[in-house]
Amino acid sequence: MKFAVVVFPGSNCDHDAYYASKNVLGQDAELVWHKDHSLRGADVVILPGGFAHGDYLRTGAIARFSPIMQDVKAFAAAGGPVLGICNGFQILLEAGLLPGAMLRNRGLHFRCEHVHIKVEQTDTPFTAAAQSGQVLRIPIAHGEGNYYAEPEVVERLEKNRQIIFRYVTPSGDVTDAANPNGSVHNIAGITNDARNVVGLMPHPERACELAVGSADGLVVFQSAINGVGGHLKRTASVASTSGVVGVLDK
Amino acid sequence: MTPDPITDSVLERHGLTREEYQRILDVMGRQPTLTELGIFSVMWSEHCSYKSSRVHLKTLPTTGKRVLQGPGENAGAVDIGDGLAAVFKIESHNHPSFIEPYQGAATGVGGIIRDIFTMGARPIALLNSLRFGSLDDPLVRRTMAGVVAGIAGYGNSIGIPTVGGEIGFDESYTRNPLVNVFCLGISRADEIIKGTASGAGNAVYYVGAKTGRDGIHGATMASAEFDDKSAEKRPAVQVGDPFMEKLLLEACLEVMKSDALIGIQDMGAAGLTCSTCEMGSRGGAGVEIDVALVPQRETGMTPYEIMLSESQERMLLVVKKGRESEVERIFEKWDLHAVRIGEVTTDNRMRVKDRGEVVADIPNSALTDEAPLYRRPMVKPAYLEDAQQLDLSALGKPATSRDIFRRLLGSPEIASKRWVYRQYDHMVRTNTVVLPGMGAGVVRVKGTKRALALSVDCNARFVYLDPYRGAQLAVAEASRNVACAGGQPIGATNCLNFANPQRPEIMWQFARAVEGMGAACRSLEIPITGGNVSLYNETDGRGVLPTPVIGVVGLIEDADRVVSRVFRTAGDVVILLGVSRSELGGSEYLKVFHGLVRGTPPTLDLLREGRLQRFLVQGAAAGVIQSAHDCAEGGLAVALAECCFDTSLGVDADVPGVTIQALYQDVATLFGESASRVVVSVSPDRVDELLSLAAAVHLPAAQIGVVGGDRIRMAVDGRQVLDESLAGAEHIWSTTLETYFERSRAIA
Amino acid sequence: MRARVYVTLKPSVFDPQGTTVTEALHTLGYGSVKDVRQGKYFELDIEAPSADEARRLASEAADKLLANPVIESYRIEVTA
Repeated sequence: MKFAVVVFPGSNCDHDAYYASKNVLGQDAELVWHKDHSLRGADVVILPGGFAHGDYLRTGAIARFSPIMQDVKAFAAAGGPVLGICNGFQILLEAGLLPGAMLRNRGLHFRCEHVHIKVEQTDTPFTAAAQSGQVLRIPIAHGEGNYYAEPEVVERLEKNRQIIFRYVTPSGDVTDAANPNGSVHNIAGITNDARNVVGLMPHPERACELAVGSADGLVVFQSAINGVGGHLKRTASVASTSGVVGVLDK
Repeated sequence: MTPDPITDSVLERHGLTREEYQRILDVMGRQPTLTELGIFSVMWSEHCSYKSSRVHLKTLPTTGKRVLQGPGENAGAVDIGDGLAAVFKIESHNHPSFIEPYQGAATGVGGIIRDIFTMGARPIALLNSLRFGSLDDPLVRRTMAGVVAGIAGYGNSIGIPTVGGEIGFDESYTRNPLVNVFCLGISRADEIIKGTASGAGNAVYYVGAKTGRDGIHGATMASAEFDDKSAEKRPAVQVGDPFMEKLLLEACLEVMKSDALIGIQDMGAAGLTCSTCEMGSRGGAGVEIDVALVPQRETGMTPYEIMLSESQERMLLVVKKGRESEVERIFEKWDLHAVRIGEVTTDNRMRVKDRGEVVADIPNSALTDEAPLYRRPMVKPAYLEDAQQLDLSALGKPATSRDIFRRLLGSPEIASKRWVYRQYDHMVRTNTVVLPGMGAGVVRVKGTKRALALSVDCNARFVYLDPYRGAQLAVAEASRNVACAGGQPIGATNCLNFANPQRPEIMWQFARAVEGMGAACRSLEIPITGGNVSLYNETDGRGVLPTPVIGVVGLIEDADRVVSRVFRTAGDVVILLGVSRSELGGSEYLKVFHGLVRGTPPTLDLLREGRLQRFLVQGAAAGVIQSAHDCAEGGLAVALAECCFDTSLGVDADVPGVTIQALYQDVATLFGESASRVVVSVSPDRVDELLSLAAAVHLPAAQIGVVGGDRIRMAVDGRQVLDESLAGAEHIWSTTLETYFERSRAIA
Repeated sequence: MRARVYVTLKPSVFDPQGTTVTEALHTLGYGSVKDVRQGKYFELDIEAPSADEARRLASEAADKLLANPVIESYRIEVTA
């Protein structure tokens, strides 16, 4: 199967997502320039992290108008799996493919560190291989990751099980101390109504090898690969591999 | 057109002496135009010409079997195997960081990144060495917060991880903060691109941001050139645009892959002037440009302003004949406009036209190789002999070991810098194998089995007390940090931060420091491939401590065998490599408890240091060393504690007391800062192996304790002197900086 | 025509930057400043035959790009 990683001017984590897909997981992957008009037959589309257009005006505000976004929208409308990571999540919000908006971190500083997130729902293309309640240790690196949506919208997201990832303590508790940026309801990632577009602020592509600190992000990619029926060239364990927490029964 | 007379005040505003002006007259054979005078003034400035330092820098060792590029280009390069090269350098942006901390630091980061990718290397890591005054001062907090935010803002946006660094504090830096930024990139060893212009008729292109009046400092002009309106339009501070630089970086790397370039250079200090004459000078060719073709973002700019502007994010390229439209197309893809502004000539002169009319015509060599060279007077400073005296008995009874331990952990110099590096994206590019705060920064080299260990260090107090030995200790410390991670030091870069070189005592400090640095690099076989000199770091006659920062690159053959500072397993045996003496001169203890910078710095046996470093590298490769951490500020007690932080593993140690008056024995043993000492941990079944390996190379090594428990316990000759809760000690260490900044919000 | 577009955070949205500025003003002695909301200001230089046309254009620009309707609202002033 094939991953398409969209590259906007200013994207930084495109090569990391590409490397994870291709070198670590052995899948076909291609970098797609934002001015292109084709997703090259990709099965899964990734909007990577970085600072598209320098984050000028608002993060993601200009990238949403790139030519390739027409194709991404069409792909999503047809049910194709789309993953927005960090800046990618911000672009999906500005493009209206996901509800809500991003504010500056409540502590006002950029924060780069490992955090823990809980998988709340496993019926999305990017969490199907995970266990419900599984805690993953994944890095964040953002200055504007404070997710906000109006109270009615947040209520609807909760009711519809559209909250996919939440910031938690290592043992899986949703506490304020575990919230690195002030996101409402500790929301780290959400999905759309049709449950094929997922956005999250943490970087799973930075957690695919123990050598760089954690391999808990593999499950996000594996879910996508399994969903498309792709052949895994490397076997990788589904359970948490950073030795922190395994499975939590709900 | 008769030019206006050059008066003394005009010369002064250009930073030129009457003698230097006479040299200009001799070179030119006529009175220079104002534009030419401006060009000379920037090229002959200290920052560009290194006129006070060149005679000393020439004595540094710059060659070695791995050196692919030594000093003289935009950055240095060393061979790291697999057909690859590490391209690296360190640079300073000190003065602007006091005026506008955020932008000063940000543009410093931008500048060094450009120096790396202009050589054809993709930057993969940043480090920084910073110095500030006392954090009790709100001005200092504001400066530091701004600098850190600026480094973060630029580095994070452009997507290059900041993986390490150091921060020091001393009152002398209050109005003269130091911001030194180190960058390293990877390129193919045979594809390093130089900043050369050659081939008559080849096109000279300008690409990047439009030119404005940024950074034209205080060189006010005769009334014929400037009027009141121009003066007020001139901004004092350069503002960085990391997005533009990211586009430039990607576009330039793409163009370089196409092999369409003869040469490329970034426009940094002295902007278009510097890149033009330096490229011509290196290629033995001339360059002619027309400023009317230079993209400008302000109206009414004069040739003088265009040539001297330090607008950021601009590159100068020389393109192979016939490849021009290809180059233009690649830049267009990235929404950048590469504009042809001139061509290469054969007369080795720099010629600047304005709409076809010549406004400057100068031989390249006059601006580069034949710039003034000074052998400034040097005098041993008056303070030195007295400062080197340290009478401990005059200091009275020391505080308890417990008090000293806790207070040192809570001193900004020693405390965790997590508040700082958490603001830096240190994981982008998924190469970071050792995170900040865990020892030397380590990044893997994708596509190979190797990794690179990086460290920037300098203990300026040691340099102040003995510039020669202090500089040697800096080299030893940086290379030791790299060796602790398992990296063989293969190259170094230096950033020499000093006060006013026209004061003979400062020049003496500088010369001695360079001598010491050179001797250490020669002994340890670490070539210096380039660097930076920053002088005049002083305000109202108060200069900074002499701070020669050294950045060392170490090669780790197996990225799976990297070692960090923290203990791994309870039950592991703690071994101290090296010899402890009663050396409190210049120590953090003396500074924190007595407000003193006195005594002599620790002794250094370079041969033993070399043996220690080789041992560390071999031990890491053999997998016998579980953790390694060197003893620096705060001495052995602090080093042991740092091995426990971030692990929840305590330590129980017993060390022999050093030879000193009984009253000070505990202080000197626990907190003395003897050099060439490393704390390692080893699994119990490999202790004998390690000890015999150490004996075989005559490296002193002694078992001093065991890992485990939840306390930090130390004894001297069997007598308990420290018994602290690990959690309590770690709390002090990890919350100190945060407390300074979050408790009392710095006023923006 | 010159259109000035003032973009501000909606009242319900938490503004940490505004809060920080308020605290800083308090430390400077301006205790009577009770609250600060931080926003953005744009000046658009528009070629348009009338103020109404300029206002309409600026509105469209604000709706499409300058403001994020989820968290921001805006108002426009037009001068010749």
